[in-house]
Amino acid sequence: METNRILTLAKQALLTFTVSLILFAPISGLVLEGFGFRNELVRAVLLAALVAVGRVVLSVVGMTALGRKLAGSAARNGGGVIVMTGNEKSPVLILALLFAAGLALPFFADKYFLGIAILALIYCLLGLGLNIVVGLAGLLDLGFVAFYAVGAYLLALGYQYLGIGFWSALIIAPFLAGLCGMILAFPVLKMHGDYLAIVTLGFGEIIRLVLNNWLEFTGGPNGASVPPPTVLGLEFTRTAKQGGVPLHDYFGIAYSADYKFWFIYLVLFLVVCLVIYAVERLRVMPLGRMWEALREDEIACRSLGVNHVFTKLTAFMLGASTGGLAGVFFAVHQGFVNPTSFTFFESALILAIVVLGGLGSTVGVIAAALVLTILPELLRDFAEYRVLIFGVLMVAMMIWKPRGLVRVRRPAFFPSTAPRGDTAPLSVSPEVAR
Amino acid sequence: MSEAPLLEFSGVRAHYGPVEALKDVNVHIFKGEIVSLIGANGAGKTTLLSSIFGAPRASTGKILHKGEDISRLPTNRISRRGIALVPEGRQIYQEMSVEENMMMGTTPIGMAYFEEDRTTMFDLFPRLKERRNQTAGTMSGGEQQMLAIARAMMARPELILFDEPSLGLAPLVVKRVFEVLREIAAMGKTIFLVEQNANHALKLSKRAYVMVNGRIHLSGESAALLDNEDVRKAYLGLH
Repeated sequence: METNRILTLAKQALLTFTVSLILFAPISGLVLEGFGFRNELVRAVLLAALVAVGRVVLSVVGMTALGRKLAGSAARNGGGVIVMTGNEKSPVLILALLFAAGLALPFFADKYFLGIAILALIYCLLGLGLNIVVGLAGLLDLGFVAFYAVGAYLLALGYQYLGIGFWSALIIAPFLAGLCGMILAFPVLKMHGDYLAIVTLGFGEIIRLVLNNWLEFTGGPNGASVPPPTVLGLEFTRTAKQGGVPLHDYFGIAYSADYKFWFIYLVLFLVVCLVIYAVERLRVMPLGRMWEALREDEIACRSLGVNHVFTKLTAFMLGASTGGLAGVFFAVHQGFVNPTSFTFFESALILAIVVLGGLGSTVGVIAAALVLTILPELLRDFAEYRVLIFGVLMVAMMIWKPRGLVRVRRPAFFPSTAPRGDTAPLSVSPEVAR
Repeated sequence: MSEAPLLEFSGVRAHYGPVEALKDVNVHIFKGEIVSLIGANGAGKTTLLSSIFGAPRASTGKILHKGEDISRLPTNRISRRGIALVPEGRQIYQEMSVEENMMMGTTPIGMAYFEEDRTTMFDLFPRLKERRNQTAGTMSGGEQQMLAIARAMMARPELILFDEPSLGLAPLVVKRVFEVLREIAAMGKTIFLVEQNANHALKLSKRAYVMVNGRIHLSGESAALLDNEDVRKAYLGLH
């Protein structure tokens, strides 16, 4: 028994060593020098030995009780979806604490960290928006960045041509982006899966290419500048530029460039909270249920009388609106927009947020957005390997937690006092049932 | 039976691309009846049912519901007329909870009667009550079939179309499904049942149609069909 195990381990180690030697020998074993090459085979052998040792250690850990437990719990995570019983305590206290902490953050954070926090919240918004389309309604949208661009350019170009400020843009952006969402949604109503993905991918590229090439209107690759925000006629610049009064003059305090970021952060934070609330409400409303039902089975939905045109349109429009909102914040935070901010990579990143967060889970999307924006910043020290580590983490995530960071929880609508098959009265209380 | 049928197919043809799946079908169902449609694989039974919901749409002929042609109506309007479908292979929402599945059933009429109807359904299917807070996909096939039936019933339909409710279920469960159908009929619902399990179907229904290659081959009283030599040979495995 014991020798058998050691034999297996040795076989494994030998195989791993051979394979990695084959890989490493030409890559790190030979160094080109001018027209000749230097032989560094020792290095390759060492690397291969390291990999083999790592493999053996992994196997040994896997044989221990702890390792088995870990593997077991990882495997279970792929399992089902939890349905809440309706008796869970609502985490009001935790939410209130989080809310207060969020509001207080700018007073403790330095400018660099605040910048990251703003970016993270912007990606939260984008994630929440795409989560409606991909996570809830199950429509794979690879061109989500288009709506982000619409919001951002609305502020930049609106200011340039129509004198639209931050606040007006904040109100107009959801509608304009929603309209774009509708324009995209009509031709793709009958499409599913891969085909839908390709069409939306194309749509995203169209928007980017238009922004890039319509020089006279958008400024093309030179981009467009965005006005700093104002609040009730107060400006955050050192001297008033938009016909108001500078904030620091009004309050008689020293000028600091940080005020602008504090302000953006606070407004953004409140908007994110509002969107989270809206999405959570939508999930338990008939519309949200129809989105999810449509994701599960479109044919069954139609036979049940779900208007699939309306349902898909609303999903696209609401998702796009949220993306547009995020765009406005992005523009005002950067102070400048150009088409390179709205490439396919952004769409992929937002999609990664939604998928890593667990399709359809609001908490998961927020967590993933925070992780995916803060992590690259923390990894700045390993700048060269940043994307590599990022990729490895994603692969690992998908292997061990394929359903995302946070498991989706289905809302319970009618709390059951009796957990299983009890003969308790069915309608527990009409008030709770609403 | 002088009044107009609740549902009537008159000269309906339907195509999947170039393939004609329904060839001049004439079927009628009166209010309060249990009518079954039996036939072999690929005879067009499921097509006949789904053509009511416009998938595929009838290329010629009319599908009349209470005397009005519904063959051109958008799919989502049809369920609002009091027609519900229990689809083949159940087609419940696997990732949604049992209760949410039932809520989806109320789409055509809204949530006004939800409480009341849920109680009725839980009385009819005690298993669903036990599993109300479970995702539907984690239930057994029979339970899922019960849920599909409950979901259809939540819309308070007048006419319920069953597409192979016994498909892939154990004999005991099949028996239970047919008991449920009987109970539903006793509630005053009209039932149009499509089945391969001819024995059960013919015993349940009053009238029946036999479909072969997209045509109605035979029709008549179920009892008479049960004794019919052809039917016995082809569908009941008896000689």
